[in-house]
Amino acid sequence: MVEGSEIRVVRCGGSKINTRPPIITVDSRFLLCVSGDLVKVYSTKTEELVRVLEGHTNQVTGIALNPANHLQVYSCSADGTIMLWDFMDGILIKTFVVSYPILSMYVSQKHQGVIFAVLPMANAINSDSFQVVAVHLPKVVEAEVDAPELSAVLTNVSSNPRCTAFGREGEYLVSGKGLQLSIFFFRKQKTYRVFLKASDKKGTKNGFSCVACHPKEDCIATGHEDGKIRLWRNFDHKKEYTYTTIHWHHNIVNTLCFTPEGTNLLSGGIESVLVQWQYGDTKKAMLPRLGGAITHISVSRDGALYCTCHSDNKITLIQSSIKVCGNIQGLVKGDAVRTDLLVDPRSKALVLNGKPGHLQFYNLKRDRQLYNLDIVQQEYIYEEGLDQYEVAMAAFSSQGSWLATVEERGRKLSDLEFSLKLWAFDRKTQSFSLNTTVAAAHNGQIGSMCFCPSSKTTVLVTTSKDGHFKAWLLGGDVDAEKADEGGEGDGNWSCDFVGSYHGLQPTRGSFSADGSLLAVSFSEVITLWSPDTWELLSTLCLPPGDVRDLCFGSQSCSKYLLSTTTRNMLCCWNLLTCSLEWSTSMDVVLLKLDPLSDNVAAFTKQDGNTDLFVFKPSEPRPLFTKKAVCVGDVSRAIFVPRTEPLDSCEESAQWLNRSQLYILTENMDLLTLCTKTEEDKMAALSKQLVVDKSVAVTPFYLLLGQHRRQQQEKQDDSVHGGLVQRTALPQGSVAIKELLHTPAHVLPSASFLCSMFVSSLLISTADNSRESVPQEEEMDSEKEEEDSEGEPEPESRDGQPDPGGASGSVVESVPRLSKAQERDLRRVRKTDYSWLSSLVEA
Amino acid sequence: MIFSGKLKKGTIRRIMGEFKVHRVRFFDYMPSGIRAIAFNRQTERIAVARVDGSVEIFTILYNLFQEKVIPGKEQRSIEALCWVGERLFSVGLSGEIIEFDLHNLRPRFTIDAYGGPIWTITANPQGTHLAVGCEDGTVKLFEILEDKIQFERNLDRKKGRILSLSWHPSGTKIAAGMMDMIRVFDVKTGHAIHRLLVDKAAGAPRDQECVVWSVVYLSNDTVISGDSSGKVKVWDALTGTLIKNHDVTKWDVLALSLSQDETSLVAGTSEGTVVQFQFLSSVLGKEDKEWVRTRTFKNHTHDVRALAEMDTAIISGGLDTQLVVRPLLEKHDVKSQASALRKAQFPHRRLVSCAKKAQLLLFQYPSHLELWRLGEGEEEGTPGEKVPVRRIPEKLLQLKAKGEEHIFCSAVSPCGEWLVYSTTSSLRLYKLQYENNNISITKVSKLPKVLRWAHQLCFSADSSQLFAASGRSSVHMVSLNPEGCKHKHTFKPKNGSTQPIHLLTVSENGLWLATANSDCEVHIYSLSTLKSHCTVPVYRSGVSAMAIHPTKNNLFIAHADQQVFEFSIELEQYTDWSRKVQREGLHLKWLERDTPIMNVTFNPRNPDHIILHDMYMFCVLDQSLPLPDKKSQFFNQLTLKSLPEQERKTRCHAFKVCKLFQPLMCVDVLEDHSLVVVERSLLDIVAKLPAPVKQKKFAT
Repeated sequence: MVEGSEIRVVRCGGSKINTRPPIITVDSRFLLCVSGDLVKVYSTKTEELVRVLEGHTNQVTGIALNPANHLQVYSCSADGTIMLWDFMDGILIKTFVVSYPILSMYVSQKHQGVIFAVLPMANAINSDSFQVVAVHLPKVVEAEVDAPELSAVLTNVSSNPRCTAFGREGEYLVSGKGLQLSIFFFRKQKTYRVFLKASDKKGTKNGFSCVACHPKEDCIATGHEDGKIRLWRNFDHKKEYTYTTIHWHHNIVNTLCFTPEGTNLLSGGIESVLVQWQYGDTKKAMLPRLGGAITHISVSRDGALYCTCHSDNKITLIQSSIKVCGNIQGLVKGDAVRTDLLVDPRSKALVLNGKPGHLQFYNLKRDRQLYNLDIVQQEYIYEEGLDQYEVAMAAFSSQGSWLATVEERGRKLSDLEFSLKLWAFDRKTQSFSLNTTVAAAHNGQIGSMCFCPSSKTTVLVTTSKDGHFKAWLLGGDVDAEKADEGGEGDGNWSCDFVGSYHGLQPTRGSFSADGSLLAVSFSEVITLWSPDTWELLSTLCLPPGDVRDLCFGSQSCSKYLLSTTTRNMLCCWNLLTCSLEWSTSMDVVLLKLDPLSDNVAAFTKQDGNTDLFVFKPSEPRPLFTKKAVCVGDVSRAIFVPRTEPLDSCEESAQWLNRSQLYILTENMDLLTLCTKTEEDKMAALSKQLVVDKSVAVTPFYLLLGQHRRQQQEKQDDSVHGGLVQRTALPQGSVAIKELLHTPAHVLPSASFLCSMFVSSLLISTADNSRESVPQEEEMDSEKEEEDSEGEPEPESRDGQPDPGGASGSVVESVPRLSKAQERDLRRVRKTDYSWLSSLVEA
Repeated sequence: MIFSGKLKKGTIRRIMGEFKVHRVRFFDYMPSGIRAIAFNRQTERIAVARVDGSVEIFTILYNLFQEKVIPGKEQRSIEALCWVGERLFSVGLSGEIIEFDLHNLRPRFTIDAYGGPIWTITANPQGTHLAVGCEDGTVKLFEILEDKIQFERNLDRKKGRILSLSWHPSGTKIAAGMMDMIRVFDVKTGHAIHRLLVDKAAGAPRDQECVVWSVVYLSNDTVISGDSSGKVKVWDALTGTLIKNHDVTKWDVLALSLSQDETSLVAGTSEGTVVQFQFLSSVLGKEDKEWVRTRTFKNHTHDVRALAEMDTAIISGGLDTQLVVRPLLEKHDVKSQASALRKAQFPHRRLVSCAKKAQLLLFQYPSHLELWRLGEGEEEGTPGEKVPVRRIPEKLLQLKAKGEEHIFCSAVSPCGEWLVYSTTSSLRLYKLQYENNNISITKVSKLPKVLRWAHQLCFSADSSQLFAASGRSSVHMVSLNPEGCKHKHTFKPKNGSTQPIHLLTVSENGLWLATANSDCEVHIYSLSTLKSHCTVPVYRSGVSAMAIHPTKNNLFIAHADQQVFEFSIELEQYTDWSRKVQREGLHLKWLERDTPIMNVTFNPRNPDHIILHDMYMFCVLDQSLPLPDKKSQFFNQLTLKSLPEQERKTRCHAFKVCKLFQPLMCVDVLEDHSLVVVERSLLDIVAKLPAPVKQKKFAT
């Protein structure tokens, strides 16, 4: 047995970005959010992931901008450290070791050098009691220092990060827990407490669920479990505190946030409606249908941009005029993935349950959701306790031209409703369109579903608890292959064959790699059928124990059939001899086949951990074992084909060459196995990532940028030092600004200016492409990266610039001009510029 | 106990334990809406004016208790009330200013202001002048003199009615709420200093005026107004500018009331809510304060027309006829009787009198009386069963009161042959005669001269004597004969109290008479010697009900603060039982009850049983059983039922509470040992009220 020491289990994105409130940077250009062990930096304009701050070894539990320097960010983690980052450059500046798991963190302008962290109480680690502690950050030069100086501020606080907040200008700290609100005044060093009555008559709970403080006035807003928001005032008196109640939410208020000037209060809850309350008034504005329960709200420093976190792992960017202007969607995670993990053969995207009633297509490489496919096509109602349709199963045909889904409702109740849907891939719209809906495909719940992998016929086999398995065929005289290619959908699916075996319940079905054999398991018996004639060919039986899972080997091992039983047996049948090749006793939880190699991955559970074995069906000896892949069960796993094969020479890592194994754990963490070479490569890539500071490409940017380059060019011509270049830069932009601020009636007609303006744009880019050689190199390396990530390079290399394309950087959209054109344009540019400067001076 | 069948509006005879119960639901008592409230800080009395023109005086010293009632009059509508010291003034749409005589419970004098209907009246804080606002747009100043008021002058007259007035605490300026505007007058010159224009509600028709229902003038020269567009506006009266606008409701803001320290303001709205505003500093510890809307109280279903803010509670009343005292919990340090929400729905006096022998009930309505004969049922029946009715109850008589004035008090004699009622100015005695099923009524024409009017009326048990409480706490005794009546004696208290008597009771044997007046005094007179016998030691809280035990001759007294006393008339001291009650204290559950005891009667079969009732329960107090201690369960009837016989005895205590019948107007025992229970459903009252403003409960 080879213990793969150099293969590591890593988190591979898809982690939650909604656990803590995100931060919008002071200039509103970036959005920082917590994601697993990382802090991610997104652009607010393009919603692209710009940078990743990597360094914590456990879940990051809080981020806060350094009040002393708004280009730095503190992050705290459950690994007991607080790190200070320069998020613009992605540099770790300092690490403070607190050595207690930190649950959340609060900073304030008034308390510089002190971070207020929520830690578990020292005496009771397991219990639900936490305290707010002031962590004094030592001022030393070393990069990693201990922060031993802790002083307790408030005890018995909630672990919920939204239940604690700083008051106006950091004068006091507020924390709500249960029915008690504690306010600690730093100046007086005194705690005031406010109590609510246990509950009102109707039995609804009214405990504190979140807290926010007005930035300018002494007013505390608290959200409650019964949906009320209370605004507390006068709380520095023992009894004479008073409050106002505002009420719209019908369920728990998840989060509250004041805008920086305190004119508005934002609240959100399970209704997925952002409510904007006018402070000091009962008027409110609402933004409904945000797609998921709101868990956090943050506001930019200037109040122009809000962002809301949602329970479906999404961050929505909202302008202060209550208009959605952007979405950052992570991997949608529900309570459980009911469909298996699938890979869309066309886009190579990971497919699983997404939003309720949807399938999501997720690009693992770019850690980004591609799109959602609405399967149920019914309005989802955001209310607890409602039984609504869920996507229970999904399967792709081998070419990815057909998608079969099963949706269910009423699983908890006795009357199960379900329907089988078949979706054809539409080349025109590049998405799936509904072809056939079968309302009652079976009399009982569908247990499993698989497509025939052969390209000749498109057969779907479903097994059901009613004791039958059914084969579904694309109906009529339509050539299956043609339909597969074209996906025209001019034929409907219909049932071709109903099979049963001694009235037993079929559990699993599986096709052999060439589609010539169908294996269906009926409790202890595996039956083999010919899909062409629907004839029972043979039965394989190895009691005791019901068959739990079933799969054919692939490639060179396609003559083998693997099965696992409830009695912890893993059997391998040779189908040529119809005999048991080998069997071993192991409790296999999950059996996964790599379609691109012979390998099979099996997960077994032992002592609360899950172990991984990789083997070939042909020989009963594991290629690779990994003990304790993760804590708890592995709920789903899949081999995802690599876009380009890895050339790992080490024997233990070779099985990962063609495809990558992804694991979804109980806690809905997506993990992958990563070789050392791969990691090295990734690290090298991330170092190369250079971010262009200008993210938005606007015509004005082009104008200014062009001007800047002209200045540079001038300086280069006159052979000056870099110092002069930098000083010359702002002057030019000031001139342009002045031009833009010149009253309209002084300027010549717009048509005259316009042509000049447009032509000036053209020249600048031409100049740039000709002269800045080192930049071009850098750009090429970027291109390479993109190639490796499987992103096709846009082929729009015709001499036209693309000012409207805001998706790429400027460097990317550099047009190429012929020399004659260049010359022409340069002449135009020269005249143009002199005219501009004269006008500015005038 | 089983309810069987749908309850009809009639007598349902039931057997419960030892009593046959007549359940009476045909008393259509309808309270009238509250129009104005005035709170007197010195005496802690609340004056409440109702739509029917009656004025009630409540005390809040020990529980909310209705001390005095001044009956209304046809066409008297009171729009505003005002206390000046201990004098109470009212104005109404009749255009007259009335001062009430609170000792004799009648108007003291009436002055016409000659300005058309009057909407408002306020006294200046110094207590020297009254300002009234008239329909014709004048603000009239009256000087308050010793026993009258005198017109002094008009302030500048402007067109448009004056709906609300408020004096500046210095008494030099007056703010007047009008249509679409507020005017601030200088009292000395009489000229308007400022005109503050109030805009109408958004989306209101152009011709619809904005009515400033209420204004408040603060000592820091702030004027706060509540208007018909649903806004509470804060104005700077020095510059005449609007400081803050609070949008409170879609409907009207009808009333405002300021606390004495000027840090809290309450506004009553048409939605039935009371909204509190507080003068708070936005930054803790800083001086710049502003008016912030804080809490909302919803205790009413209809318009809140009148409000008063006390130091520790908010008193509100409106068209839904109930008076609510909402305590401000932050002003109370401990949970006590004073920190509980109090509601006064029914009057704290009897409107039903019962002829025990003749089985008749007399219902007193504001302007008429109804005499009903109770039904008769089969004698047999098991406990809890509904007894079939052999003869249905029958209305024998409806007697309309003469004149405009409303009926003050009424009584029917135990034999059912005499009927008496009194208004503020006249007393009428009738003789009833029954012949088979016919009833004839004759007015007794020659009444003694002393019987001009009465505060309280009562017949002796043998129906031979009528007792009428009159002014200065005196009681006239009149003997009744078929031939005529004769004034026999007038009892007067030794201390010469001037307060009106509100309770009068005669012992069964006709030997003793007990009176209770608004000064909480209880006097006992001997009817055999026609002399004052003794006075019960004065207790701090008002007497809400009392009765003399038929055999023991003990006077049982229930007070508004829920204390009970038993006073032995013969020994002239509290009985041992009463001392024991005081020593051990009453159970907390008993003291926490909302409404005072309204009637005391005795079980003729068991001399130890005293029957008490308030609005929500009736209680049989068994003096032979031990008193409940602090820890024991107070409402233990159900638990007792489930216990075995042996244990039941050990757990028994003196208070046996029955909440089966509620809300109760009257409980009394008839001569045949059956119980009469008069109920008046609150739902029926609400159903008769006009519809409240419609509101969406939960809307997006």
